[in-house]
Amino acid sequence: MVRMSGAKALIESLQRENVEVIFGIPGGAMLPVYDILYDSDIRHVLMRHEQCAAHAADGYARASGKVGVCMATSGPGATNLVTGIANAYMDSSPVVAITGQVPRSFIGKDAFQETDIIGITTPITKCNFQVGSAAEIPKIVKTAFYIASTGRRGPVLIDLPKDTQIEEDEINFDEMIELRGYKPTYDPHPLQVKKAVQLLIEAERPVIIAGGGIIASNACSELIALAEALVAPVATTLMGKGAIPENHPLSVGMVGMHGTVAANHLVQEADVILAVGMRFSDRTTGNIKTFCPDGKIIHIDIDSSEIGKNIRPHIPIVADAKKALQAIYDQLIKKIEKKERSEWLNKMREFKGIQEEMFKFGGDGIKPPALMAEIRRILPNDAIITTEVGQNQMWAALYLRVYKPRTFISSGGLGTMGFGFPAAIGAKVACPNVPVVDIAGDGSFIMTEQDLAASVAGKIPVIVVVLNNSMLGMVAQWQRLFYDRRYSSVDLRGLPDFVKLAEAYGAQGFRVQSVEEFREALKAAINSDVTTVIDVPISPEENVFPMVPPGDNLKKLILR
Amino acid sequence: MTNMIREERIHVISALVEHKPGVLYSVSNMFRRRGFNIESISVGEAERPDLARMTITIRGDESTVEQVVKQLKKLICVIKVSILDPGNMVSRELALIKVSTPDARARSDVINYTEIFKGHVVDVAHESLVIEITGDRDKINAFIELMKPFGIREIARTGIAALSRGMRSVKVE
Repeated sequence: MVRMSGAKALIESLQRENVEVIFGIPGGAMLPVYDILYDSDIRHVLMRHEQCAAHAADGYARASGKVGVCMATSGPGATNLVTGIANAYMDSSPVVAITGQVPRSFIGKDAFQETDIIGITTPITKCNFQVGSAAEIPKIVKTAFYIASTGRRGPVLIDLPKDTQIEEDEINFDEMIELRGYKPTYDPHPLQVKKAVQLLIEAERPVIIAGGGIIASNACSELIALAEALVAPVATTLMGKGAIPENHPLSVGMVGMHGTVAANHLVQEADVILAVGMRFSDRTTGNIKTFCPDGKIIHIDIDSSEIGKNIRPHIPIVADAKKALQAIYDQLIKKIEKKERSEWLNKMREFKGIQEEMFKFGGDGIKPPALMAEIRRILPNDAIITTEVGQNQMWAALYLRVYKPRTFISSGGLGTMGFGFPAAIGAKVACPNVPVVDIAGDGSFIMTEQDLAASVAGKIPVIVVVLNNSMLGMVAQWQRLFYDRRYSSVDLRGLPDFVKLAEAYGAQGFRVQSVEEFREALKAAINSDVTTVIDVPISPEENVFPMVPPGDNLKKLILR
Repeated sequence: MTNMIREERIHVISALVEHKPGVLYSVSNMFRRRGFNIESISVGEAERPDLARMTITIRGDESTVEQVVKQLKKLICVIKVSILDPGNMVSRELALIKVSTPDARARSDVINYTEIFKGHVVDVAHESLVIEITGDRDKINAFIELMKPFGIREIARTGIAALSRGMRSVKVE
């Protein structure tokens, strides 16, 4: 027991969780905490909007595998975090958000900068806590980090009334946490594993779909070992991109609405699907009624509520992906005979060949697929790619091959425009020695570009590649394809000159007119110690293909 | 996708939860968010003061009720959940019903019906009676139907509270 203030107890508790960095913005209800942070070893990255603080913590968490921490004051500070928290929740990212709150005696009185952030974030956090007294803080922090980083990971919020930060009390840091209602299942049920092994051995056209759970549980080597033993093509979801190196002979890329030719056809034609750490989202399955019509599905997920939610599997396995894949592999390797699967693999190669041709597609000027290939050629394999949301994201997902887990960071579930840039800042803080590149669109980048200030002032140099069509490109694509070219409110006339914008913040900017110029600009950016914005004009008529029209089955791909 | 039982019926779920502020909000918010319809919910302190028991009745098919249970279990404030077997549980609801009794004839009829239903008269005024009645939903619904011709002024129902029969139990070990 040590006598100290709640604010000191908070910072001490965070240090005990090995927190190295906090992304945040101070405010009235957080003054006592920021006063302690002033002398603390914990690095504070001052963001310029709380949404970016939450996204940066999320990007940091995904790049490092550690818990990301963001902080904001009460009221508008807290509500500005909400999009970032919702984003982390949808993509199962371990984030602890800490908010200030009005003093306890003012709660419920509509005090200045009071908001019910507990009520607001209940459906978008794994759990949230309002601190009732300084003495509770160590236990709440310990519980929050434990919940955020175990089971199906996700955000947890801690709301700290200002007077609990000031209050001094005898603080005990050694209290055990107790969670009667939270016991994640890690080990797979042996009987279910046995059934899965049997089904996989009998499979003639197996496909593995790898989701974000593979990356979260560091199960990539288990995935690859099983895929090779089974000789099964591996498709990934958007969140699973990086689970298998995309130059692996069995990798077929992303499946879904913007899936590759190979992934979508093979998934539809499979007789057995092994789906691991994924949730059969509508963007992955296409029309769910026609998804993989002749296949039997083995679904492994650590969150039992995902099993049977969208698709009823033949063999459900509630478990950690790594443990389940290891258990399946151990049994399968003893029983399986060497598989040739020449017909199935020939089909895979044929589809992959069609997909390969698509690198050449595109309109006048710089073609986005070719640009993605160029970025890959220049960047080292451990460079981190983040994306915004829209066409930029799908071009990156389809045409920018990723070779390592945690090197592709994208807003999958929530689809948050403006995510990629602050997430890149967070990823760069986690991995300062690798280049971090945000593949952006003009529409997304202007939603969070004010944090160029955070990256310049905080000496966190990242690279933003703006695919600039002066349009909300994905919305325009849908209007072109499904709304008779009635371009309603997608023309972004009035955008700033991105080169001048970058320079106004003290960053550097380049505008390129060809792939050759782009190559030089990207190389200069990699070698620069300041954030770089590369403005790449592309045709506003450009579409991302392949695409499955909404409501169709995954094979109904539009190719061009 | 196969063998899904599509038939909708009433399911009774018993959940042990942390007896703390905000828990009812978390649970009811989850039902709203996922589009599950609660027919009734009753909450009160359970066998230990740190636990509360919620009895939730919902209408839905088998796969809906399975999702409800999984989503409830996912909430960290929820400790234990089960679906009670309709053939092997006891369930009771309490209703207070204020009935108009403008004359002696009406008053005596209402009192007679109350006795037949093993209810109690808990308040007597010149022109109304308040009846307390407990039982399963069907019994209470039947009694309410009987009272309608007299003129029902107010009804307060608690929703179902239920436990499984015998030694089977939903409890923390």
